[in-house]
Amino acid sequence: MSTRVRWRKVVSHLMLAMTGVCALISVSVLFFILGYLAFHGGSAIHWEFFTKLPAPVGETGGGMANAIVGSAKLLALASLIGVPIGFFGGVYLAEFSGSRTAFVVRYSADLLNGVPSIVIGIFAYTILVLPFRHYSTLAGSFALALLMIPTTLRSTEDFLRSVPRSLREGAMALGASRWKTIISVVAPAAYRGILTAILLALARVAGETAPLLFTALGNRFWSPGWNQPTASLPVMIYQYALAPYEDWHEQAWAAGLVLLGLILVVNVIARGVLARGMAVPRS
Amino acid sequence: MAVTATTVHGASPKAGSRTFLAKLRDGDEVARLITFLFAMFVVLIVVFLVFELWRQSALPRHKFGLAFLVSSVWDPVFDRFGALPFIYGTLVTSALALFLAVPLGIGSAIFLAELAPPRVSDMLQFLIELLAAVPSVIYGMLGIFILVPLMRQYIAPALKATLGFLPLFQGPAYGVGLLTAGIVLATMIVPYIISVSREILLSVPRDQREAALALGATRWESTWKVVVPYARAGILGSVFLALARALGETMAVTMVIGSTPVISSSLLSPGDSIASVIASQFTEATGDLYLQSLVELGLVLFLLTFILNGFARLLIVLTSQRGSGLENA
Repeated sequence: MSTRVRWRKVVSHLMLAMTGVCALISVSVLFFILGYLAFHGGSAIHWEFFTKLPAPVGETGGGMANAIVGSAKLLALASLIGVPIGFFGGVYLAEFSGSRTAFVVRYSADLLNGVPSIVIGIFAYTILVLPFRHYSTLAGSFALALLMIPTTLRSTEDFLRSVPRSLREGAMALGASRWKTIISVVAPAAYRGILTAILLALARVAGETAPLLFTALGNRFWSPGWNQPTASLPVMIYQYALAPYEDWHEQAWAAGLVLLGLILVVNVIARGVLARGMAVPRS
Repeated sequence: MAVTATTVHGASPKAGSRTFLAKLRDGDEVARLITFLFAMFVVLIVVFLVFELWRQSALPRHKFGLAFLVSSVWDPVFDRFGALPFIYGTLVTSALALFLAVPLGIGSAIFLAELAPPRVSDMLQFLIELLAAVPSVIYGMLGIFILVPLMRQYIAPALKATLGFLPLFQGPAYGVGLLTAGIVLATMIVPYIISVSREILLSVPRDQREAALALGATRWESTWKVVVPYARAGILGSVFLALARALGETMAVTMVIGSTPVISSSLLSPGDSIASVIASQFTEATGDLYLQSLVELGLVLFLLTFILNGFARLLIVLTSQRGSGLENA
């Protein structure tokens, strides 16, 4: 073997090994984050964290019960607004639309998907906070819903389209109308994929902080109603991490661990169990 | 058997030939209309979003005009607002993030697509997707508590000692700053680059690799000189997609950038980005002009990401079409 060939082989092995190192570094970040959060947050998680309100400034102790409930409320209302729009919009694209309207709707969804979440927050602020003159759970949920719509819509469309033609034809041949075919045959056949996409969208917005900063704002107490500001886990993490108190930092770690844990569990269930062997669309 | 021409409701041979009334009776037209309204809602939202950003930024647009974009003064007390420090901060941190993330991301993507056995590749891809799901506020928190002290005590002094003659690495090291934000951003966008690039690389036809190997190329040469150039446009698309994410990224940047509206040539200096100034000042903005200037910053950010996203999608679509086109040929 000439030295030239040997040199080329050495370079080849070296560079391929480098790509392996790159992959190793990229993946290890996940374990680093998980480990670090578990280490710092684990000790601060105790029963009070889940059951108590934040302690008054200056006192130690307290929990984040209001933020946990607040996040749950925000997410529930966001799904209530976002999922029907995304789902039925997706049904329209896959089953009813002509190519020109489909293009416009699809383009809008992609555009909405690319809008930075902070800009979505501004939008929710101008239409739901400014006119009513106060911050609210509703405005926060609306902002989160807007972030959920594009993924839900596009994946509903994709999964409905991937249902085999023969199933539709079978139902139609039995005399079912188009919408009956969709409701009783096509949608059930595609539900696993659609559910996966919705869960992933939900997991994504669960960690969104920026659109909540000036819509749901934050609250150190229980939120009295849907038209009042509410605490949420991500905003709480942000405020606590930047605060100058050691005790608050610990709680921020705990909240981070809880939030990340929930998000990753939903992701693993959605991708690993529900969507086994399916191509999951990226959000 | 003689077939008489009887019509059965909703069961005529061609669905398209059914009358409007028949479809209405079946509920098809109703379902179509309802789903159409939902779909139109999405279009309306986007139109309304652009309209609101435009309308709510009328004051600064009329008062400052285009000078808003090039003025570097941001002084709420005297009602003078210029976007330049934030545009600068956004562009510098994003550029830094790309500089750090692109080699790492593409390297990993090459490993996942070309080298790793399918099962390993799928598993690593799964972990990468999980990594992409980590919320940005958590990256921000890790940034504050790990990277900022590290930066202040070790990285910045080391950079100043070795590369201090460059204007890029001068001045006091606060820990927070453009470089810190760039590093956090880089960590956040690597998963996006990997996922998209991996798919693009996997879509490169097999014969391309085989032809290169048959000509005597080593495995690396076939990857680097044949497969990667073939997928070039798509990989570039993934980079633009990641750039668009980086531009709009808010929380992590806000927490480590230092929130100071200055333009400094030093990467160690604190700065501010469009998204993070909106996040940190929006709720305390007093006066319409102040608030609307922040909205106009949002408009600028929207336009930036809009252009980048469009460009990225175009590149990705072009590559994947070419890939499948050649495969069929």
